[in-house]
Amino acid sequence: MGRKQRRLIIILLSALCLAAAAALVMLAFRDNIVFFFGPSEIKAGKVQPGKRIRVGGLVVEGSVVKVGEKVSFGITDGNESVDIHYVGILPDLFREGQGIVAEGVLNQNLVFTASEVLAKHDENYMPPEVAEALKKSGHWKEGMEQ
Amino acid sequence: MINEIGHFALVLALGLAIAQSLFSLWGAAKRDLTLMTIGRRAAYLQFFALALSFAALTNAFLVSDFSLAVVAENSHSAKPLLFKFAGVWGNHEGSILLWVLILALFGAAVSWFGQGLPVTLQARVIGVQGLIGLGFLAFIVGTSDPFLRVFPAPLDGRDLNPLLQDIGLAIHPPMLYLGYVGFSVAFAFAIAALLEGQVDAAWGRWVRPWTLVAWIFLTGGISLGSWWAYYELGWGGWWFWDPVENVSFMPWLTGTALLHSAIVVEKREALRSWTILLAILTFSLSLIGTFIVRSGLLTSVHAFAVDPERGVFILGLLAIAIGGSLILYAWRAPDMKGGGIFAPVSREGALLLNNLLLATAMATVFLGTLYPLIIEAINGAKISIGPPFYSQTFVPLMVPLLVAMGIGPLLPWKRGDLVKLAGRLKLVALMTAFVMAIVLWKDAGQLWPVFGIGLAAWVISTALVDLAGRLGLPKASLAVAWKRAGGLPRAAYGMALAHIGLAVAVIGMVGSSFWTEEFIGLMKSGDSQDLAGYHFQLEKMEAAEGPNYQARRAIVSVQDSGGNKYTMEPEQRFYPVRKQTTTEAAIRTTLWGDVYVTLGEVQKDGVVLRLAFRSMIPWLWFGALLLVLGGLLSLSDRRLRVAAPSKVSEA
Repeated sequence: MGRKQRRLIIILLSALCLAAAAALVMLAFRDNIVFFFGPSEIKAGKVQPGKRIRVGGLVVEGSVVKVGEKVSFGITDGNESVDIHYVGILPDLFREGQGIVAEGVLNQNLVFTASEVLAKHDENYMPPEVAEALKKSGHWKEGMEQ
Repeated sequence: MINEIGHFALVLALGLAIAQSLFSLWGAAKRDLTLMTIGRRAAYLQFFALALSFAALTNAFLVSDFSLAVVAENSHSAKPLLFKFAGVWGNHEGSILLWVLILALFGAAVSWFGQGLPVTLQARVIGVQGLIGLGFLAFIVGTSDPFLRVFPAPLDGRDLNPLLQDIGLAIHPPMLYLGYVGFSVAFAFAIAALLEGQVDAAWGRWVRPWTLVAWIFLTGGISLGSWWAYYELGWGGWWFWDPVENVSFMPWLTGTALLHSAIVVEKREALRSWTILLAILTFSLSLIGTFIVRSGLLTSVHAFAVDPERGVFILGLLAIAIGGSLILYAWRAPDMKGGGIFAPVSREGALLLNNLLLATAMATVFLGTLYPLIIEAINGAKISIGPPFYSQTFVPLMVPLLVAMGIGPLLPWKRGDLVKLAGRLKLVALMTAFVMAIVLWKDAGQLWPVFGIGLAAWVISTALVDLAGRLGLPKASLAVAWKRAGGLPRAAYGMALAHIGLAVAVIGMVGSSFWTEEFIGLMKSGDSQDLAGYHFQLEKMEAAEGPNYQARRAIVSVQDSGGNKYTMEPEQRFYPVRKQTTTEAAIRTTLWGDVYVTLGEVQKDGVVLRLAFRSMIPWLWFGALLLVLGGLLSLSDRRLRVAAPSKVSEA
């Protein structure tokens, strides 16, 4: 086999590899991109129920209700709030008044069922998505993010 | 006083880095031995200066000198000694100092072990290392000075993030950095080769041990991080496709590819310019890895500080290092003509396939990690990409990789014979089918684990068949084979061990993904629960006191199906200084999986407990250990040639 043929085979193989990867990435992007929304956007009806999304905001003071392993709480951006249901153990850093992000699905009544609750930073930390949502609602205060 | 000496040594190191790069590169261009020797000495001195500086900072942490800003921010007088020490790199300034210290260590190592290299090549490698060091020392002195004072000094510090107060995390960052920074040597070799305009078999042989060292540390570092997440975060997951994990995984993928393509350069002088490109890419990804994480561009526990000034500096450094080296590559690489010819079915062919798949896999991880940043920059939408994306893109690419990984070592160089190959694969196919049948029998419900574990069995049995073939089995007698076993190069064992290690890890990944059983629920003292053949009973709750925390502890008695009884004690710890809680899982390891108990919320009518049997997980850690051991074994084979490279070809 000559140099040219060998090169051709290598190029074809690489092209095949890349095409396969590109196809996989396209398919995966279509199904697996999770968008982030703040409570105001959800109350404004911008979110299609049943689609997997992330929401974020500050945990409403006094809203956390725990019954066994079932938890419910509200999150707010200062203007609107959304109720969240979750089954499982909350992260160590989950606290009322703290910024959190939850991933899951919204139902028709705009109640959010979370499969994952993220609060993996120290007590001064504000997830940037939450900071963004607070800025949008006009409830951002300078110095909230440290 | 000690702090001032440390600070002075740091600035001195900056000057020495300038001398190191200047004299080495200038000397190599002029072919002037004196200048090159000065460059080499400067590399030693730079290392000593940085070691002194690091020692001074370590001292400040150990004696809790809160007049230093980093110590006050990240330490506490009541912290255990080990974590005072680990706290040196548990913050932005200290971790970057550790980074350059390791860089200087590698620079000094090239000066020491590389004395058999052609003088100009060695000088250029040291020079390029000096340039990298220069960039980062300027970054430290300019924007991240660890010796900044606070006045007045606070009475006590703010303590280290409790999640980071852990033995796994104490050694994880240095390991990871040894890996990241180790690839700087391969990078410097690539740049030096481009400057020299020559890449040959000898170059491949010199670059391999350095790449292997970096790969071993990176493998160890990533595994430790994953292990830490498994037992410390308390959810039992070991890999989350978190951006921070991904950025350490990307250089590992290209580094693994580089390790294999350098073999082709050494044995066959083929794939030369591709190997150079891989070396550049791997270190570039390491740089991106370090600094994307540190700059706070991606949010994570690892992002210490968000400071625009630092971000711009980092971006500039990245642009110069990556852009510059790629321009140099585009300019000089076309001069390198292709090397030895090989057929598609051959060892080279299989290694090429390995490279293609690893590079493509890296590209999918890269896209998944950076796509959210790109989208946000374009239209401001916040999106995230989770594990399902990777199981649909990355995982399918690993299937052909594992298949090729089995076949590759069985193929001869240059040209393989499919009929002969099929003959050798008969036994492998039989062993694989046997394992798949067992899995199918044990777990009738699912096909994916049968397939995944079948792949692992395929890799393990090809590695064994390959080793047996090298010993002359089955034709030769056992006595002859035993004699030959001593004569096989250690690298052959190293390769087999590493491949088997990966396969064992795959078994762990597949098993834990498909067979893990979990229960989360409220339990009162005396309540019991059955799960996966284990009987769990919550005996009681108690309080405990640690050096800088208070803990609540659950006493859970466990009985396995064999009747063995033991108690497990998961804890929740509260660190008053940072007002932070951490979960300490109780884990009991068995051959077929971990019994894993974590303590959740304490409520008025009981506590929430998470009981789990995490199937096959120990195989994952054992597989990672085998990968590292395989790497070390190969390295020991090559040790002598690092010091005394020669043109003598090996059998």
